[in-house]
Amino acid sequence: MNMAKLLQVSDLRVEFLTGRGTVRAVGGVAFQLDRGEVFALVGESGCGKSTTALAVMRLVPPPGRILGGSIRLRGDDLLTLDEDSMTQVRGRHIAMIFQNPMVSLNPVYRAGAQVQEAIVLDQVPKNEAWRRAVDLLGRVYIADPAHRALSYPHELSGGMRQRVMTGMMVSRQPDLLIADEPTTALDVTIQAQVLDLLLELRDRTGMALLIITHDLGIVAEIADRVGVMYAGSLVEQGPVFDIFEEPLHPYTRLLMRALPRLTKGQGSLHTIPGQVPSLIQLPPGCPFHPRCPDRMEICSTKMPGLTVPAGGREVACYLHGVGERQ
Amino acid sequence: MKLELAQREVNGSRNARSWRTILLGNGQLMAGVFIFALVMAVALFADGLALRPYDAMDLGNRLQPPGTGGPLGTDQFGRDLFSRVVYGSRIALRVGLIVVTIETVLGVTMGLFAGYYGGWVDRVIASVTDVTWALPPIVLALAIVTALGPSLNNVIIAIALVSWAGYARLIRTKTQGLKNMPFVEAARALGESDLSIMFRYILPNTFGLVIVLATLSLPGAILSTTALSFLGLGSQPPAPDWGVILNEGIRHLYDAPWISVFPGLAIVCTALGFNLLGEGLRDVLDPRMKV
Repeated sequence: MNMAKLLQVSDLRVEFLTGRGTVRAVGGVAFQLDRGEVFALVGESGCGKSTTALAVMRLVPPPGRILGGSIRLRGDDLLTLDEDSMTQVRGRHIAMIFQNPMVSLNPVYRAGAQVQEAIVLDQVPKNEAWRRAVDLLGRVYIADPAHRALSYPHELSGGMRQRVMTGMMVSRQPDLLIADEPTTALDVTIQAQVLDLLLELRDRTGMALLIITHDLGIVAEIADRVGVMYAGSLVEQGPVFDIFEEPLHPYTRLLMRALPRLTKGQGSLHTIPGQVPSLIQLPPGCPFHPRCPDRMEICSTKMPGLTVPAGGREVACYLHGVGERQ
Repeated sequence: MKLELAQREVNGSRNARSWRTILLGNGQLMAGVFIFALVMAVALFADGLALRPYDAMDLGNRLQPPGTGGPLGTDQFGRDLFSRVVYGSRIALRVGLIVVTIETVLGVTMGLFAGYYGGWVDRVIASVTDVTWALPPIVLALAIVTALGPSLNNVIIAIALVSWAGYARLIRTKTQGLKNMPFVEAARALGESDLSIMFRYILPNTFGLVIVLATLSLPGAILSTTALSFLGLGSQPPAPDWGVILNEGIRHLYDAPWISVFPGLAIVCTALGFNLLGEGLRDVLDPRMKV
């Protein structure tokens, strides 16, 4: 049983049925996570990374639906569970922090009460839960937790709210914490604090982290492995150092080049020419081929499968051999 | 510098928003609270205030005008009108509170379910509320009371059944907005069940609205029940229901108008008081009014 990976997502497909057509938000994404591992999903806005995260929680909002694939938590497929069992999984096994801490807390309850509420879900008596909630607020570096627990969300700063949220989500000691752009709404110093907090919680509890972000700086700072998403597909994944050092997929290469560097201060910023394709009408073949500097004839007709060059990496590009499309 | 000043002003006005400031700054609310407190006090201390039991007849002192026959005069059986009106406040308040409680619980629950689940649940509840709204409430209530038989309890049931639809609609709309808030999504991610999300996350966020709705519908409830009592379908004589007294006075409208006038004034004052209270509360609780 312990042989199974903590989380194993394969061939995940999510669609949104809209008035203008079917949006293929996620098309066959596969990745896995070990205990204590930090995996980052990066990509531009609308590339399907948040939808992938929500799909893992089975919280894709209508009109979206999970079409197929499997999401295995310790070998058990979450997609086959009924809704009641899934409710048991949420919070207990997989928890999630959201992008906007300003509105992710219930405005009518005190901060401590919200953490307490989460702990009570595990049949802990109320006063014991309150004690643990205050303790937890201290551990997410809220100064004077006993006093702050009595504050309402609007009395807390954005960073504090995100930390209360984090405290709330880790209160049930989940095996996997998904953080959807956890620091986007925060300023840079607070960003660093929240990231440090996440890593520290990982070290202490052994939980795995799935970070969704478009910020490569965050990826470099905390991820062990990275998956790069483009137009609903995972185009490349591998250890963070390798991906930054030697990106294999042309999209990843261009993405890295688009990063502003403090060391080479001169010149204009690099951009990737062209636009992200509409997810309603994906181009045939590789979704990146219209913008790709290295495109070949086959790219516009057949979708490349994942090839495994070496060193735990995967890349979906014909430059690196013909892989099998699963 | 300017920013600092503005900031200080904001802080100042926020600190100053104590209950006393809110109350004194809003004439409507103050008047409402005053009348509300007065009616409550009269109802609570009715035993001490009343000069005689409400049903004590004194046939030698029939139809005495205010002054000679007690503060508000006497009715056709020589009963002290002041005592009857004072005791009537108990009936009015009790009935009003019960009706409002029933319609609030019913309407809010329906609205929560309709707004949260949407789909066919929403359509069923929406059709029921539309049908209720399409019929004149008093006529519908009359029909229900006629079916159940005349009594105060049946009037309470009837009025509550015809008036919950308004709550359901407003709470439904509010719920639709709240269910997409990130904190609701967070609750789901935390493993909360649908029922728990509805009643522990969404419901408390509607309390401001519910308080205002309840206060504003209380006078309506009192008016409707006294109207049905006036028509002889609610409280039965000799109960000192304001509607019953009003009805009894109709026959003596020319020779002893005070019998109808005073319970009428009591109804008007109470309804006005609760309306002012409700409007005032709405102003105070309206988030757009806050800094």
